[in-house]
Amino acid sequence: MSRAIDAAEVRRRTRELLAAHPPATTGRTDFLRARFDAGLAWVHYPVGLGGLDAPRSLQQVADAELAAADAPDNDPRRIGIGLGMAAPTVLGFGTDEQKRRFLRPLWVGEEVWCQLFSEPGAGSDLAALATRAVRDGSGDWIVDGQKVWTSSAHLARWAILIARTDPDQPKHRGISYFICDMTDPGVEVRPLRQITGEAEFNEVFLTGVRIPDSHRLGPVGEGWKVARTTLMNERVSIGGSRIPREGGMIGPVARTWRERPELRTPDTHQRLLTLWVEAEVARLTGERLRQQLVAGQPGPEGSGMKLAFARLNQEISGLEVELLGDEGLLYGDWTMVRPELVDFTGRDAGYRYLRSKGNSIEGGTSEILLNIVAERVLGLPAEPRNDKDVAWKDLSR
Amino acid sequence: MTAPTQPSATPDLLYTRDEEDLRSAVRALLTDRADAPTVIAATESDTPYDPRLWSSLATGIGAAGLLVPEELGGQGASHREAAVVLEELGRAVAPAPYLTSSVVATETLLALGADGGPAGALLGELASGTRTAVLAVPFATAPARVDTALASLDGTVRGVAEAAAADVLLVPTAEGLYAVGTTDPGVAVQPLVPLDLTRPLSAVTLTGAAGTLLADADASTAAVRRGLLAGAGLLASEQLGLAEWCLTETVRHTRERHQFNRPVGSFQSLKHRMAHLWLEVVSARAAARNAADALATGSPDAPLAVAVAQAYCSGVAVHAAEECVQLHGGIGMTWEHPAHLYLKRAKADSIAYGTAGSHRRAVAELADLPAP
Ligand SMILES: Cc1cc2nc3c(=O)[nH]c(=O)nc-3n(C[C@H](O)[C@H](O)[C@H](O)COP(=O)(O)OP(=O)(O)OC[C@H]3O[C@@H](n4cnc5c(N)ncnc54)[C@H](O)[C@@H]3O)c2cc1C
Repeated sequence: MSRAIDAAEVRRRTRELLAAHPPATTGRTDFLRARFDAGLAWVHYPVGLGGLDAPRSLQQVADAELAAADAPDNDPRRIGIGLGMAAPTVLGFGTDEQKRRFLRPLWVGEEVWCQLFSEPGAGSDLAALATRAVRDGSGDWIVDGQKVWTSSAHLARWAILIARTDPDQPKHRGISYFICDMTDPGVEVRPLRQITGEAEFNEVFLTGVRIPDSHRLGPVGEGWKVARTTLMNERVSIGGSRIPREGGMIGPVARTWRERPELRTPDTHQRLLTLWVEAEVARLTGERLRQQLVAGQPGPEGSGMKLAFARLNQEISGLEVELLGDEGLLYGDWTMVRPELVDFTGRDAGYRYLRSKGNSIEGGTSEILLNIVAERVLGLPAEPRNDKDVAWKDLSR
Repeated sequence: MTAPTQPSATPDLLYTRDEEDLRSAVRALLTDRADAPTVIAATESDTPYDPRLWSSLATGIGAAGLLVPEELGGQGASHREAAVVLEELGRAVAPAPYLTSSVVATETLLALGADGGPAGALLGELASGTRTAVLAVPFATAPARVDTALASLDGTVRGVAEAAAADVLLVPTAEGLYAVGTTDPGVAVQPLVPLDLTRPLSAVTLTGAAGTLLADADASTAAVRRGLLAGAGLLASEQLGLAEWCLTETVRHTRERHQFNRPVGSFQSLKHRMAHLWLEVVSARAAARNAADALATGSPDAPLAVAVAQAYCSGVAVHAAEECVQLHGGIGMTWEHPAHLYLKRAKADSIAYGTAGSHRRAVAELADLPAP
């Protein structure tokens, strides 16, 4: 019998891990693998899959011990799609075999994941997607179609993919969910340059891509249900992390305000104070949400956080560009690069202003999130629709 | 300095089980004694508030003594619990001198360190709900700007909230803080016509009144500031309760009201407005809880937490009440429907204990974001 997992037990196990694999003399990947095998990767995951079946709130105990010992982490910013979206979906719908195969290298960061959901003709209305998956004689799936806005596709080893397996069904019912090998010869990734000059995202062309049936997640035709798990986790991971006061975009503009009195005007002062208050309130709202989760009372507030941060990031960075005056007319660098991660810190205000425009589009637009809040949280009636009971192949495009 | 000051400790932003029990008791009482028709009728009567409701709330439930330690005759609870009472009072726009007497006047007396003496005796009476007191300063006074004191017990203070039915006035003067009975000779409390019909305002005129000196000028200023800081901080909870009622009622109405063969609440332009409001209410709750917790724990962060809560929640309450009127259509303009009570209370609250603008000015100072 294993003993009950409490904070003391997590601490004990973390110290045991550190003693057996001293970070100073252990390679990064070896250490992370050992941490996964000790169940200290994500303690709320099952035993054997990087966790201890323990309450999520105990993760902070392990993290604090590991940080104090200067242990390497898995650089979550680089593998956000894997951690935030692929992993909970594999855990929720994968077979034992799939969980064993995919979760460890995902968490350790040896295998980067991307998300092949959006298409040129299916963004907000994702369920309208047209990429086809057809089963051939061997039982494998052959996938043809085009995906777009795919972040990290140029770095990814695997993708979560949704494709249409039955065009005769209404659109939500004929979709299946797959794990796609990005090294398959039928996968072509082309950079898609964006508003900042860089190419974080890509177009992905799928031509005769072969996916074994063992890489299907969930039953055939029920991919939409599986995808909803992914999307819910996406919004939680976008909106739910803890930040210190002035930890977000308000930090750089407040610093500029303090260091550069010559830039101050009465108008920008009023706007700065209003935004500072709103950023502080958003921080507190996020903190309250976190406390609710720890207390086991998750509320619907999470869906609101992404909305709040998208608007604040845009308004704050917009104010900063204006505050900078002459310097706001300049831009760091338009060179087309394919970055490894999105990081707002250390970038100039112009970059932050432009990149944050994506915050109200990626992961569900703000308009769609407002629909979700109105219908699922407030219980307001849905608008009349004419696309729900019609076979996908008969919809207008 | 270029780094922000960080909060000294992580605030508890949730509600405890005891706080939820208190909420249920207050809500049951208000549902019973202060439903909308009753409140509307009361605004046109001569009694500013229902004395039976007050005694049930203040004495029965014990809400009047929440901030007062047990040894001084109170409940020995804190601002966190008083904030929950105010959420419920805001939700019902119930007339009751809770914010003015049980929070501001009480906190002012507590700041004097009332061990025995006249202040201690008065505190016990306020805590038991047998008497009420109000601070004789204009309701619009912000905590950071207490400069309106009279030279002595002579002169007029306009816009004093809930003085009409109070037993005692706490009067800050250049000589110090006095307690003066409202029915004493030389004291005239003249009712004004208030925008917010649920919170009476008066002009208080003192002509050679005799009062009891409770504190000298310095102690008085510090105590009044502390009283107003608690008032401003907990007003955010009243604004939260008010906004929450407006949202809930607007959602209910727009789900039921049909036009164009559909519920008007199915039109996206209205859904988005209500979803925005929901996000504001959720955010206001975090800000209001943060202020209440900072006051309760005596955190050094309290002045900033209060300024942030007031700078944010005032606007949320007004926005919620304005949307409530608009999304009700013609009904929202009528005297029978309670929406107008909420709009008037919200608008008055946005001025009470300092406007959002004056609290942003406090933020500028406390967060080191100086004016040009
Ligand atoms: C930086 C970035 C990274 C991304 N990364 C990925 C990725 O890795 N993988 C992936 O699959 N996708 C990714 N996306 C795609 C993203 O999910 C879509 O762009 C998004 O869902 C919107 O779809 P769309 O672009 O087709 O816009 P559309 O759906 O065409 O929307 C156009 C406009 O119409 C509005 N609209 C649409 N429907 C409604 C409605 N019912 N009510 C009201 N308004 C409506 C939208 O809000 C928007 O303003 C990324 C996008 C960005 C910007």
